[in-house]
Amino acid sequence: MSNSRLTSQTPLKSYRRALLVGASSGIGAALAHQLAEKGYQVALLGRRLEMLEAICAEINQKHGQGQAIAFAHDVEDTEQVPALFGQIVKQLGGLDTIIYNAGILLPVTVTEFDTEKDLQMTQINYLGALAWLNPAAAYFQTLKTGQIVGIGSVAGDRGRVGAPAYNASKAALHTYLEALRNRLTRRGVHVLTVKPGFVATAMIKDSPRTLMVISPEAAAAGIYRAMQSHQQTVYVPFQWALLMQVIRHIPSFIFRRLSF
Amino acid sequence: MNPQSLPFERLKTLENFGHSLQAQSYLYRPTNVEQMNEVFKQAKQSGLTVALRGAGRSYNDAALNGGGIVMDIQDMNRIVEWNPETGLITCEPGVTLQKLWQHILPDGWWPPVVSGTMTTTLGGCLGMNIHGKNNFKMGTIGEQVVEFKALLPTGAEITCSPKLNGDLFHAMISGMGMLGVFTAITLQMKRVYSGMLNVHAWNVPNLESHIQALTENAPNNNYTVGWLDSTASGAGMGRGQLHTANYLPEGEDPNPKKTLQVAYQTLPATMFGVFPKSIIHYFMAPFMINPGVWLINTAKYIAGMREGHHPQSHAAFHFLLDYVPNWELAYGRSGLIQYQSFIPKETVREAWREILTLTQKRGLPSYLGVTKRHRPDKFLLSHAVDGFSLALDFKVTQGNRARLSALLQELDQIVLEAGGRFYFAKNSETSPETAKRYLGEETIERFKALKKRTDPNGLLESDLYRRVFGS
Ligand SMILES: NC(=O)c1ccc[n+]([C@@H]2O[C@H](COP(=O)([O-])OP(=O)(O)OC[C@H]3O[C@@H](n4cnc5c(N)ncnc54)[C@H](OP(=O)(O)O)[C@@H]3O)[C@@H](O)[C@H]2O)c1
Repeated sequence: MSNSRLTSQTPLKSYRRALLVGASSGIGAALAHQLAEKGYQVALLGRRLEMLEAICAEINQKHGQGQAIAFAHDVEDTEQVPALFGQIVKQLGGLDTIIYNAGILLPVTVTEFDTEKDLQMTQINYLGALAWLNPAAAYFQTLKTGQIVGIGSVAGDRGRVGAPAYNASKAALHTYLEALRNRLTRRGVHVLTVKPGFVATAMIKDSPRTLMVISPEAAAAGIYRAMQSHQQTVYVPFQWALLMQVIRHIPSFIFRRLSF
Repeated sequence: MNPQSLPFERLKTLENFGHSLQAQSYLYRPTNVEQMNEVFKQAKQSGLTVALRGAGRSYNDAALNGGGIVMDIQDMNRIVEWNPETGLITCEPGVTLQKLWQHILPDGWWPPVVSGTMTTTLGGCLGMNIHGKNNFKMGTIGEQVVEFKALLPTGAEITCSPKLNGDLFHAMISGMGMLGVFTAITLQMKRVYSGMLNVHAWNVPNLESHIQALTENAPNNNYTVGWLDSTASGAGMGRGQLHTANYLPEGEDPNPKKTLQVAYQTLPATMFGVFPKSIIHYFMAPFMINPGVWLINTAKYIAGMREGHHPQSHAAFHFLLDYVPNWELAYGRSGLIQYQSFIPKETVREAWREILTLTQKRGLPSYLGVTKRHRPDKFLLSHAVDGFSLALDFKVTQGNRARLSALLQELDQIVLEAGGRFYFAKNSETSPETAKRYLGEETIERFKALKKRTDPNGLLESDLYRRVFGS
């Protein structure tokens, strides 16, 4: 973890600054590249430092030195967050956007109840988000500006037989983000809930049933568009909005009999 | 190492003058030296750096520190001591030039060196070692300083004068607030016998006559300044207007008691007798495709300037734009930047010609050019040369950023080739390479060695310092 600062802006070379939690692979990595492409400076977090550093090197190579910086961090280590948040704001020279993307999906069979797995998913997918988005919310609310993005999932829209705790962790994240939005919109802060469908990353490579799969790059582009246009909740790709509209309305007596 | 984070209630988005930059910082406004020291301690505990800020009138990132602490010294604004017999005044660093001149003028004194705005603080003025329209005769503001006291980030308090701690005296003045913070400043004021100046304005038709007029008039008048029409090309390139101003000798003003009053100096609250001044910038905005031209014309109108001789108050002559509140807003949302270069007299003709030609060729002419004659000084990070300065205003738009940025890098090369220098309170795009070339590596090393001494933990840092000297 380097202590160096990113290049500060001038009137003719201005940057926005984003903090990305969970940027080492998949959607997060694609978002890092997407944001750098759009003139953001980025702080990239995750456990796999080498992968983060490789992404930083690529960005700094392409967009000039001092545009990206990596921090090794496990979101389960919530005590570390306040100090690290301050440190990152210092090294970025400010903060305009925070994106919470860290997430895991631990497969369970339809008859399996594994508390260990469920607690871990809750910890990473939801509790980590609280630890990171709370200080960001407090920071932005004082400055009356800023953007908070949470990567939820279509999986958070219903509880299904295949992934109870994963579903619940994403649902909790959605509800928390909704409350943040209700608190912070009046303070000039934009809160975006992203619900991706299936994205071709390590997370779903063993999933038995997938449909309408898109690339991480396409997902990142969709997320960036929603950030730009200040949407509140976005399905990526948008077709999922229709599909989930249907799925959300499937009555419980039918849903109970479904096998996905 | 577990840094203690600062309360978010301190967070504030600060801007530069010209509204082209924003930076989020923890803002502290100490009212005494102990509180200043407290800020340094907090910085050390939280692992953050501190930038000093006066009135925030720098055009660039001098008073900004994104993600860190900003210590705003404006609440330390007491006049500690004023002696109307000797003209010596001691002020806290947050005293503005406005407060200063309004305090002393009724006694028949005027600050010997002032900037083009009176809203600046003395702390900021010393940090940047500002000059006025009399730089060639009087030097910079640093040359008027008899003594100052300063607090170092270590907690030590020191006193400096040209003789006492001379190295720090000459480095802290011009040092961008990177060595310590001024806590009390003693300056010598200048005796005046009237609230009026004799102003003379006349046109100069081209570059040659412009430079010649500055050369001949600067040594022989109290103030000399030129306006340069940077849109003129061909034979008219460099054309403009020269203004000189002179103090009235003792006895010439029949009623000095009256003209030395503050009320006599200031301009009326309405312009053209109709518009409240506070809304004038709205009327200027539509003209901002060609803003400077309109500004100059308006300025001249307000001042009643015409060819020839006429009396004008000190305040009106020096601080005209202060009387158009928020005039810089007329440059629109993306703001304005200023580019000022100082070029030796031997190379100035060619260099100015190249600069003007290039801005026109790139389709990015500045509309407002201000010219002055300068002399070298002994301060460490000096911008001065035995030569001339040209300050150009550029309007920033969403569409012209990249082109303007490229243009300024080209202009830097012209200035460097000509042996010129730059000014840290204005230029916002100076690269570390450029700074190294005009200051010389040895000067930068000397400055950094002094900084090691006064600020061993590197607590003082601004966006400007990081940009030009690296952190
Ligand atoms: N792929 C899909 O179909 C899909 C669909 C809907 C929603 N999502 C959501 O999209 C997000 C990104 O997933 P992905 O598909 O891109 O999978 P991925 O490639 O596995 O990415 C997950 C990211 O989260 C980080 N992460 C996981 N645990 C962490 C921890 N304890 N501490 C810090 N960072 C941690 C990972 O970094 P390290 O491993 O280096 O720590 C990685 O950067 C997740 O929130 C996921 O729930 C994915």
